[in-house]
Amino acid sequence: MSDPTHLPLLQLRGISKSFPGVKALAEVDFTVRRGEVHALMGENGAGKSTLIKVLTGVYQRDGGSALFDAHDINPKTPQDAQRIGISTVYQEVNLIPHLSVAENICLGRQRSKFGFLNWREIRRRAEKAMARLGIAVDVAETVANCSIAIQQLVAIARALDIDAKLLILDEPTSSLDEKEVERLFGVMRKLKDEGLGIVFVTHFLDQVYAVSDRITVLRNGNFVGEYEAASLPRIELISKMMGKELSEADFKAADRKEHQRGETPLLHLENVGRRGSLKPLNLEIFEGEVLGLSGLLGSGRTETARLLFGVDQPDSGTTRLDGNPIKLKSPRQAMERKFGFCPEDRKTEAIIPNLSVRENIVLALQVNQGWMRYVSRAKQNELADKFIKALNIKTPHAEQPIRLLSGGNQQKVILARWLASHPRLLILDEPTRGIDVGAKLEIEKLVASLAGEGMAILFISSDLEEMVRNSHRVVVLRDRKKVCELQGGEISESAIMHAIAKAES
Amino acid sequence: MNLRVLKRNIPFAATAVVCVLLYVFGAVQFYDENFFSLRVFINFFYDNAFLGIAAIGMTFVILSGGIDLSVGGVVGLVSVLLAILMENHGAPPVIAIPLVLLLGAGLGTVMGVFVHYFALPAFLVTLAGMFFARGMALVLQYESVPITKHVDSINSTLSLPLGSGLQLPSSALIYLGAFVLALWLAHFTRFGRNVYAVGGNEQSATLMGLPVARTRVGVYTLSGFCAALAGVTYSLYTSSGNPNAGMGLELDAIAAAVIGGTLLSGGVGYLAGTFVGVLIFGIIQTTIIFQGTLSSWWTKIVVGGLLLLFILLQKGIQAKKLRPKN
Repeated sequence: MSDPTHLPLLQLRGISKSFPGVKALAEVDFTVRRGEVHALMGENGAGKSTLIKVLTGVYQRDGGSALFDAHDINPKTPQDAQRIGISTVYQEVNLIPHLSVAENICLGRQRSKFGFLNWREIRRRAEKAMARLGIAVDVAETVANCSIAIQQLVAIARALDIDAKLLILDEPTSSLDEKEVERLFGVMRKLKDEGLGIVFVTHFLDQVYAVSDRITVLRNGNFVGEYEAASLPRIELISKMMGKELSEADFKAADRKEHQRGETPLLHLENVGRRGSLKPLNLEIFEGEVLGLSGLLGSGRTETARLLFGVDQPDSGTTRLDGNPIKLKSPRQAMERKFGFCPEDRKTEAIIPNLSVRENIVLALQVNQGWMRYVSRAKQNELADKFIKALNIKTPHAEQPIRLLSGGNQQKVILARWLASHPRLLILDEPTRGIDVGAKLEIEKLVASLAGEGMAILFISSDLEEMVRNSHRVVVLRDRKKVCELQGGEISESAIMHAIAKAES
Repeated sequence: MNLRVLKRNIPFAATAVVCVLLYVFGAVQFYDENFFSLRVFINFFYDNAFLGIAAIGMTFVILSGGIDLSVGGVVGLVSVLLAILMENHGAPPVIAIPLVLLLGAGLGTVMGVFVHYFALPAFLVTLAGMFFARGMALVLQYESVPITKHVDSINSTLSLPLGSGLQLPSSALIYLGAFVLALWLAHFTRFGRNVYAVGGNEQSATLMGLPVARTRVGVYTLSGFCAALAGVTYSLYTSSGNPNAGMGLELDAIAAAVIGGTLLSGGVGYLAGTFVGVLIFGIIQTTIIFQGTLSSWWTKIVVGGLLLLFILLQKGIQAKKLRPKN
């Protein structure tokens, strides 16, 4: 025990963390050795970010022990963590945009001479830090003028400047192109050889295998296991992340009704993509069809939905509606064409918390009609009552502020909002996340009956069982790319998992 | 590299150009009246010293992403207090002046604490501060009173003879001294750089481990101190304690900072710009006085026009510059 070099750099044992009503981490172990890249994997809600926040002092653990560099640690703030040698580079690069690269690297640790900051030393130190990463960049450049990739490296240089022993990279590659990712990996390997421990959080499987030595998998706040990357096949990694043993993952929706597709697809994407968020893909959606969009978190599902709804604009390809090319420049234009979109993040992107259930329901319809043609109060009441009954929304009355409803009922109100405007295409991004089983089933039933009435539905979900049960067709995405399309009898959980796992050929 | 540095300084350069143009215009137009003379030039600083000092504090606050509306109120309160302390209670200036400066800084600290720890909007907190300070000033003394003691001796001790009968008066001297100190504070201390960082991106500053709380409270303290110093300067300049002193001064200070290239959103700006901004105020005022027939309120109108022009210019530059290269 006395020789610290024999101990792993970081040893977390039985870490627990609860928030009101949620157990975010339950008895999680996590070990990082010196000179290794350790991937931390898990789907949404697995507890990765909670674990990292515990590690970096943003949260304090409720239970368990943390040994870092042979010392017990319990950082209270990010500064605490930095002081002992744990540095984090976040996905959203945290730098000061208007200051220079040099200043961003040294900020808070500048040295003074006779009461004056020593700008020459700041410059030299920054140059040294960037040189250590093997990056040539003018340190006098303003950070805002640098690419995201360079900003990321500047953040890493800053982390190293405080003598970090453990470097946490939280989804560092999500906005980088391939060349930039390679360069980042080069830097990671170099630092690893210098004896740093690196925690690598990412959703990109290829990248995990390209650079990691070891993988720790979390699921629903529980520790699943720690594995050597070299001896863990992809498919097993995926099954561990999704919590499905391959042997049991053969659920097929036997009673799924076959969908009779029409001649022309309602919506047809040809090579539609957007640099940095989605590689060009082809996609057809027919009337009366539930098209499932499957893949791990960050695989491009939400990005696809955003392109379809005009939130983001594609920079390549053509989109056809009923065979005619269209260009959507805003959600407003998508709504005019009778598209609807229930976004993934209900709380920030869908509900208007202080408006009543009625007002939330009428919103999309009112927008479609234009503000000049006010939807009469009588009509509003009628609509609200109709949907509260039809979707079985549990609320004391239509005038209840929506924020007081449970998650599932909020989701139903959002659904009602779009249904009231009679969309032809409804995009549902994780419509059942965080809602109870009963509400979930009701939403699934609703999806089926809406499709039966001829509505086209794009169904995005991380829940494989639900995906298989509800979709007529499933498109699988991996690393922002469409990898396969499954139809009818081909759709099963294991088929989807295999498609996600398949290595780049 | 040189080109880029130039580009970054466009707002400041534009301010400087406008300043020079205004000055040349005045100098040519009123050549016979000696507009172009050292005496008039000194007056630019002399007449606007209290505005300049308040604008220094304001620049720090705006750089940090905040605003301080209490400045004018504090000037009034300090002016009145100084009169009461020195005239009614016979306090010597070496005690009275530090006391009121401390009071200003303390008021600033209190507002800073409210802004930071209670996460209240700076606009409202300092608005409350403004009402408090101005109200307090008027409660203490409802009209202007002359200060007879000490003022002349202070003014003569603190002035700097420049030869040929000219001198740099005390208020100008205080202003220039404060400006040099502020330059040092902004560009050569950690505190100054942290102000830029907090204003640039507070969340990043927190995650970078910078002392955000200390910086923010410090900035309001500094602004309160500057406001108090402006109040002292005002009293020395007018030899009076006036509860209505500095009415609307905070808005002039904001205008000077913005004309000088400081972004109201924080994180970007220059003290030198504010200095030039205040100088522009002085030049416009003086030009209008020399012109003779126009009401002095035209200063406000010209400043308003300039302000609009400059924010449009900044908007244009920002739109170009901040588009991320990816």
